[in-house]
Amino acid sequence: MSVLELDGLGVRFGRREILADLRVSLSGRSIGLLGPNGAGKSTLIQTLVGFCQPSSGTARVLGYDIRRDLPQIRATVGYMPENDAFVANMTAVAFVRMMGELSGLPSDAALERAHEALFYVGLGEARYRLLGTYSLGMKQLAKLAQAIVHGPKLLILDEPTNGLDPPARQRMIRLIQQMRDSGEMRLLICSHLLRDVEETCEEVLILKQGRIVQSCNLEDERRANKRFVELEAVGHHHGLADAMVALGCECSHLGLGRFRMVLPEGFELREIYRWASSREVELRRLNYRRDTLEEIFMKAMEH
Amino acid sequence: MAVYKQTYKPYDGSQTPRWSRFLILGRSSYGRLMQSRFLVLYLMACFFFPVLCAVFVYASHNLSILESLNIPASRIFQINNQFFEFYCGFQGGMACLLTAFIGPGLVAPDLANRALPLYFSRPFGRAEYVAGKMSLLLYLLSLITWIPGLFVFGVQAELAGWHWTRDNVWIAGSLLAGLIIWDLFLALMALALSASVKWSLAAGALILGVLFAGGGLAAAVNSIVRTNYGSLLDLRQVMSVIWSQMFRDEQATNVPVGQAWIALAAAAAICIWLLARRVKAFEVVK
Repeated sequence: MSVLELDGLGVRFGRREILADLRVSLSGRSIGLLGPNGAGKSTLIQTLVGFCQPSSGTARVLGYDIRRDLPQIRATVGYMPENDAFVANMTAVAFVRMMGELSGLPSDAALERAHEALFYVGLGEARYRLLGTYSLGMKQLAKLAQAIVHGPKLLILDEPTNGLDPPARQRMIRLIQQMRDSGEMRLLICSHLLRDVEETCEEVLILKQGRIVQSCNLEDERRANKRFVELEAVGHHHGLADAMVALGCECSHLGLGRFRMVLPEGFELREIYRWASSREVELRRLNYRRDTLEEIFMKAMEH
Repeated sequence: MAVYKQTYKPYDGSQTPRWSRFLILGRSSYGRLMQSRFLVLYLMACFFFPVLCAVFVYASHNLSILESLNIPASRIFQINNQFFEFYCGFQGGMACLLTAFIGPGLVAPDLANRALPLYFSRPFGRAEYVAGKMSLLLYLLSLITWIPGLFVFGVQAELAGWHWTRDNVWIAGSLLAGLIIWDLFLALMALALSASVKWSLAAGALILGVLFAGGGLAAAVNSIVRTNYGSLLDLRQVMSVIWSQMFRDEQATNVPVGQAWIALAAAAAICIWLLARRVKAFEVVK
C-alpha cells in the first residue's frame, strides 16, 4: 500500500497558487520532502493533516482520502510541527499524556506511554520539568514524544533538526533512523537540509514553486552510484581508457589524467588495479560518485 | 519505581469515545488552576453571599426571635422574585471577576506557544477545543452561580411549604435559565477575548474592560449622542434588563427588553466570529 498518493492535488491561498497539480505515489519506509524555502513543503504537510483545504484534486494518506477520511488520517498520523509548539505551564509528562489522551488513549495507558515516549526520546530524567524551562533541543524532543505517544502508523516530521546543535542533531537523526528501522511506522520528513534527508530517507520528493520536480528512490540511486567511478592517474596513462573499455566499462577522459567510468554488473575494482600495476600506471585517486542527493537536488532545481 | 522500556512500540489497546475527549482539556486545566491560592480563596469568597442568603431565608421564617429583639423583621425580610433577582445580580458580578481571572489563561497561552497545530493534528476538532476550554469555566461559574442559587431556593421552598413552592417554582426556572445564559455568555466572551490577544495580561485587561468599563462607555455614548442606545454597550446592564424580565420585575429601565436580547445575541455572535477567526491550526499571513 502506498504511504502517500497525490492525485492532482492543488492548494490556493486566495489568488495565490501554492501547490499545483501534484501527482505521485510513494511507498517507502521513510520519505523525504525537499525543496527550497517557499516551495510548498509545509503547505503540503498541512494539507495532508487537514489544516489547509485542497482547491483541486485530492491526496490519500495510508489509503485514506484527505477530503473524506480526515478523522481516520489524524488518528493514524503523528505530527511534529516545524515551530516551537507546546502547552504553557505544563510538565513534559503531563503534556505528552494529554496529547495521548486527545488521540484517544485511555488515561492510564496515556500516562504509561507518555513516560515511555519521553524515555525513548531521551527526556526521561527531565520529564517532570516544565516545558517552558526546556532548551530548544529538548523542546524538539518533547514535540517528537507527543507525536509518537499514540503509536501512529505514519510520523510526519516538519524540519525535525531545526535549530539543533550538532550533538542534538545527531541524536535526532539517530532516533529517526531507529524508528525507520523498527518497521513499526512510516516516516514523512520535510526538510531543506539535504544531509538530514540523505541520512534518514529511502525515497525523496523534491518540490519547487509548488510543483514536483523530482521523485526518486534514494536506495536505487545509491545502488546505481556504486557503478559510477571517478579515477585519477598520475604521469603516463596512455591506453587506460581503451583498456577499461576492453574490460567492459564505459569510460570517458576528462583531461589531466582524470577519467569517469560506468562499471558493468559484477565488475571487480581489482581488475583496474591489476591493469595499472602491469603497466606501471600510478593511480592517485579512485572514488565512487558521492553526494547523490545533492546532485539530484541541483539537477531538479535547474528545471 | 516504574521501569519504562526505552524502545518504541505501537499502541493497539482500546480507545476512548470521541465525544468525551473535550473534557480532557478542562480536566487538565483544572488541576493547574487549583494550584493558585488566590483562585481558591476567591472561590471560597464567592460562597459567602449564597450562605448569607440562606441565613437570611432561615431568619425570615423565624421572625419571632428577631421581633423579640425589637427588629421590624416582617418589613425587611421578604423572600420573593426581587430577592432572587438581586441574588443573580450579585453572583453575576462575582462571576465576572472569576471570568476575568480564569479567562485569559484559556486560549492566549496556546496561541502564544503555537500549540493549536498539536491539538488539531489529532482526531480533535475546533468545536471540541472550544467546548473543552469552555467546560472548565462553565463548571466553575456554575459552582458559584446557579448551583448555590438553587440551594437557596430549596431552603426557602423547604421552609415556606408546598403552596409557596407551587406558586413560585417559576422563580427557580428563571434563576436557572438566567444564570446559565449569563455563564454561557461569560465563558464565550472570555474565550473570544483570550483568543484575540496572545498575551494573557492583555487578555485579562480586555475582559475586565468589556465587563466593567462598559457602563462608563455607555454613559459617555448616551450623553454625547443623546440617546439610550449607548446602554446596549454595557453588557452587565443588558443582562440585568433580561433578568428583570425573567423575574417579572417591572422596574423602569432605559433599555427595552427586546433590544437587550438582541444586544446579547449580537455580542455572542461577535464572540463566535472571533473564535472562528482565531482558533485555527495555522494562519495565512498576507
